[in-house]
Amino acid sequence: MKILVAIKRVVDYNVRIQIKPDGSGVMLEGVKMSINPFDEIALEEAIRLKEKGLAESITVVTVAGKQAEEQLRQALAMGADHALRVDTDQDLQPINIARVLEAIVKREAPDLILMGKQAIDDDCSQTPQMLAGLLDWPQATFVSKLELADGWVRVSREVDAGLEELSVRLPAIISADLRLNEPRYVKLPDIMKARRKPIDILTLDDLSVAMAPQLEIVKTEPPPPRKPGRKLASIEELITELKQMGVLS
Amino acid sequence: MTKLLVIAEHDGEVLNPSTARTLACARALEPEALDVAVFASEGEDIAAAAARLQGVSRVLLINHPANQHPLACVLAPQVVSLAAGYSHIFAPGTTFGRDFLPRVAALLGVPQITDIMTVRDPFTFDRPIYAGNAVTTVKAPEGKVVATVRPASFKPVEEMPQAAPVEAMHLDVQIPEHTRFEKLHSEKGDRPDLQSARIVVSGGRGVGGKEDFERIFRLADRLGAAVGASRAAVDAGVVPNELQVGQTGKIIAPEVYIAFGISGAIQHLAGIKDAGTIVAVNTDPDAPIFEVADLGLVADWKEVVEAMEKAVDEA
Ligand SMILES: Cc1cc2nc3c(=O)[nH]c(=O)nc-3n(C[C@H](O)[C@H](O)[C@H](O)COP(=O)(O)OP(=O)(O)OC[C@H]3O[C@@H](n4cnc5c(N)ncnc54)[C@H](O)[C@@H]3O)c2cc1C
Ligand SMILES: Nc1ncnc2c1ncn2[C@@H]1O[C@H](COP(=O)(O)O)[C@@H](O)[C@H]1O
Repeated sequence: MKILVAIKRVVDYNVRIQIKPDGSGVMLEGVKMSINPFDEIALEEAIRLKEKGLAESITVVTVAGKQAEEQLRQALAMGADHALRVDTDQDLQPINIARVLEAIVKREAPDLILMGKQAIDDDCSQTPQMLAGLLDWPQATFVSKLELADGWVRVSREVDAGLEELSVRLPAIISADLRLNEPRYVKLPDIMKARRKPIDILTLDDLSVAMAPQLEIVKTEPPPPRKPGRKLASIEELITELKQMGVLS
Repeated sequence: MTKLLVIAEHDGEVLNPSTARTLACARALEPEALDVAVFASEGEDIAAAAARLQGVSRVLLINHPANQHPLACVLAPQVVSLAAGYSHIFAPGTTFGRDFLPRVAALLGVPQITDIMTVRDPFTFDRPIYAGNAVTTVKAPEGKVVATVRPASFKPVEEMPQAAPVEAMHLDVQIPEHTRFEKLHSEKGDRPDLQSARIVVSGGRGVGGKEDFERIFRLADRLGAAVGASRAAVDAGVVPNELQVGQTGKIIAPEVYIAFGISGAIQHLAGIKDAGTIVAVNTDPDAPIFEVADLGLVADWKEVVEAMEKAVDEA
């Protein structure tokens, strides 16, 4: 079995973002960047499947500029076998990322695609579902557990009502939730070894993808501020406040 | 012409309040027509409830055995087959809408807007990014507008005495067989729903283990409140995942949110930005939750819970 994992380079989840004063976006210069945490979990799951002997090879792919090779190297050091970068400096949105990935899937013919449930920068949570739609493949989103058997994958999905179990037939697309696993730490020798693994680069022209129209980003601003709060001095004071709000009646 | 189709969310028996919230967003576009589609196996009662919601022009009821559980690959082609008459297709930004709507957008070849917070005009909307630490205004291109609505940003529309017509429909689409629903584990019980409760009592890692958390549940029951939790409490296996509040859990807007032993990571705060009053109880005076709390108290959560229980008993 061949697994494809799609990863995105994003601002690290520990960074407190700054919004540019002219409203043109979020400051990215000099900010720590990482693999989107959900994608790291997707990759970890792929590696575990390979370690169990259920998969032969893992390809990681990203659609991004050259800087994202840092994250591809990280993925190779974790345990991916091949890395692919589709080169673009455009800000492609999920509909077009999905179209590019569709072209990659046609070339690579994976049996299973693992992705993150959402990118923590745009918080879209769209690309896996869109790719599944374009390929007419089954999808299982927000997955916190998966088991492979007889060409099917049985998953648990984190939904608002609780945990939903689905079975999807391969080839399929799965998007990872936080509880699926805890990604391993990469060891130094693996980082050294990963430096020597090649990264294949493709262009949008190589793939001849027809682009869909995108959303226009008009402006980006800080969220409306909340009114400043107060620190209370004692439990009694809190009880009085809660009574006034009608919480304790 | 703004003609809107809203896809109803339900559990097979009752309409989820997220539908009425999505309709509130839809009404802000001042549409000429506002239809609701109910995909179900036996959805008569759900359709009747949807027909009484304010602003609805018509309810389309698509009963089919394959619609018993909401599966994205089953819903998407059906929604696409209805799309021709509409300029906009909206669904709630819950795990239900987030799962199938991007698939619809991909089949229609248009981008999707996730989590509308504000309507500026029928093509221009505000939505949160970076866990709600920024708000971006986006304008949809020519063509159909496909969007999920952030339920916490809209108050549900009212129920009306007069009901809109319900039309049963049959759609001629191929239902895929590559996906099987197996089961749903839900631990909800009789407690109020986290996403519509007036009061939410929430606990984090600071609360401790399962037994300690029982006290949070007990307090919530006394207050008629829903229970929420941080990711740390879910990861520790102390509470089920459906209680998680935050960027990757539920986004909620209760009148009162009471956080016990929650530090206030940005991913958690993303879920409570719309709460009326945030109350935080934490032993660490420097916990970031105090930066957003309307009322903060540096104290041990157990002592506060005890005092609250006593106050309720005396009331
Ligand atoms: C991609 C990603 C997505 C995430 N999504 C979410 C999400 O949706 N929701 C979410 O919640 N988290 C999410 N997280 C996790 C988040 O970053 C934090 O790790 C988590 O919210 C911390 O939970 P906590 O506040 O309960 O625990 P901690 O940060 O450990 O805080 C515990 C607090 O309890 C206090 N405390 C200890 N003892 C007591 C006592 N006796 N009385 C009172 N207070 C006490 C401590 O002072 C401390 O402030 C996400 C993380 C990532 C990477
Ligand atoms: N530029 C990209 N390159 C590769 N994969 C991506 C890219 N953008 C998004 N993805 C994948 O799609 C998932 C969901 O992203 P999004 O729809 O933007 O929330 C991510 O977790 C990745 O797995």
